[in-house]
Amino acid sequence: MRDITLATSGDRQLAANSHAAHMTQRILGYLAMVAVVLIIGIPVAWVLSGALKTNREIFTTTPRLLPANPTLDNFGKAWRAAPFDRFYINSFITTLLGAGAEVIMALTTAYALVFVRFPKRDWVFILLLLALMVPEEVVLVPNYLTIAGWRMVNTYPGIILPGASIAFGTFLLRQYFRTIPLDLVDAAKVDGAGHVSTLLSVVLPVAAPAVATTALLSITAKWNEYLWPLLITTTEDMRTLPVGISRLLDLEGNTEWGVVMAATLFVIVPVMLVFLYAQRFVVDGIAAGAVKG
Amino acid sequence: MSDVIRIVRRDWREWLIFIAFVGPNLLLFGIFTYYPLAQNGVLAFTDYNLITRSGRFTGLRNFETVFGSTQFSKILANTFVFTTVSVALLLGLGLMIALLLNQKLRGRNAARSILFSPTILAGAAIAIVWIYIFDPRFGFIYAILRPFGIVAPKWLTDPNWAMPAIIIVYVWKNLGYATVIFIAGLQAIPRELYEAARVDGAGAFDRFWHVTLPGLSPVMFFLVVTTILSSFQAFDIINIMTKGGPVNATNTLIFHLYELFFVQSSAGRAAVVALLLFVLMMVVTLLQVRYLERRVSYA
Repeated sequence: MRDITLATSGDRQLAANSHAAHMTQRILGYLAMVAVVLIIGIPVAWVLSGALKTNREIFTTTPRLLPANPTLDNFGKAWRAAPFDRFYINSFITTLLGAGAEVIMALTTAYALVFVRFPKRDWVFILLLLALMVPEEVVLVPNYLTIAGWRMVNTYPGIILPGASIAFGTFLLRQYFRTIPLDLVDAAKVDGAGHVSTLLSVVLPVAAPAVATTALLSITAKWNEYLWPLLITTTEDMRTLPVGISRLLDLEGNTEWGVVMAATLFVIVPVMLVFLYAQRFVVDGIAAGAVKG
Repeated sequence: MSDVIRIVRRDWREWLIFIAFVGPNLLLFGIFTYYPLAQNGVLAFTDYNLITRSGRFTGLRNFETVFGSTQFSKILANTFVFTTVSVALLLGLGLMIALLLNQKLRGRNAARSILFSPTILAGAAIAIVWIYIFDPRFGFIYAILRPFGIVAPKWLTDPNWAMPAIIIVYVWKNLGYATVIFIAGLQAIPRELYEAARVDGAGAFDRFWHVTLPGLSPVMFFLVVTTILSSFQAFDIINIMTKGGPVNATNTLIFHLYELFFVQSSAGRAAVVALLLFVLMMVVTLLQVRYLERRVSYA
């Protein structure tokens, strides 16, 4: 910081300039916020307005953002247009079991990699690193053949199993576990606690934020998954929500937009609610993962 | 002597615990990642058919068929355009918004979360919403252009507009991710660097060029790699909005893979495309590994 009394007129000019620049920057910042809200908000508003419009309004009048005669009929129609009760049940089961398996395996694997003695522990780490480099799309064909060979097409295990193992979440947790003081874990061991109880009563509470991030990322990924469930289910009663709603469009030509928008809300709203509640874990967790590398 | 036995027994128990903790994860990776990766390599050299469930070794014929097909150069070009334009837009816009939001503004965190929210929504649902927005008769874009006398393009059925439409949706969905990571990167740059630059008389542009950009280089590289990789995997939006059309205008490698396998039932040719995707993604990933080793950041 410069001493004000020593400031020359040139410096004062500079200070004034930088104040103006500062104000401009703030104004631009608020404009950017408005832009962001519009860019994301308008499509969302369009969905809501579409879901509340009558067919007549959508197909006959000039499109407007505010519905002329708001109606809730589309939600009932959407629910009857496809077996959404089945879609919900299927999505809930595959998400809970799939994400549950991922979180448990991420926890145990990361714990073992950090706190359990084993020769060549690093080799296991490298094996996981390799798995991280193989995206599911690359092994899609053989995995389909495996699941089909096990006669698991159109079953929950068929949807869940190929995606149940977890590398990314394991790294996220391993990174976090390494910051936990070893004394904490050793103290538990001196008290006679085994690894399972150390994991549950010492490590898990300390690492709760990282576990929450991992869990939320797993849950949203499973809930939104599209390609694999599309391939491995062929009957309507085994479809998950994302695959199920996309079928509403396939009914050739005149899509009933009001009904379809109501149906997309069925898919979006549960995740939105979870996100509203837990967005800090997700956003901060993702940011932290990138910066720490 | 008994001490030795106790240590050996304790080691033994540790190993068992280790195997029990790590085993299921590794077993599943073995069955659904390592083994199929090898199996995919074998399938690429056979004419395995999904319907007859049998195949013979056919040498390089699948490679010739896939790479030699008339549409393949178009598919490669589409993949290249989709990836480069999407990544450029995501990084450019993401950095711009991050720079503007990276100051003490009221409601900044709310704006950040709003921008991030499409990232966690189902691509399938977002694709459907945007079909309605793009609809040339009832859609939002039609509605806002009409008062100005501008005729909205028939986005998804026009070969010239389908790819831009797909890119718009993809960027819309992922912009929040890039922004959030840029903001985190900006906040990780030590404030003293800016103050030092200011004392040295560096202007706003100089500070951006000599402090911000070098400070962001690790995050920038991370984003380039992750956005390239995920753009290779963009399937839901394309399958729902255009099914690769019109006339292959939005057919990319990942869509072609799906098409070969589930429309043409040719596991062998699909395996060739999967192999190509794997090689491309491996190259991008290895670039990242090399970068992390060298630590190019000057900050």
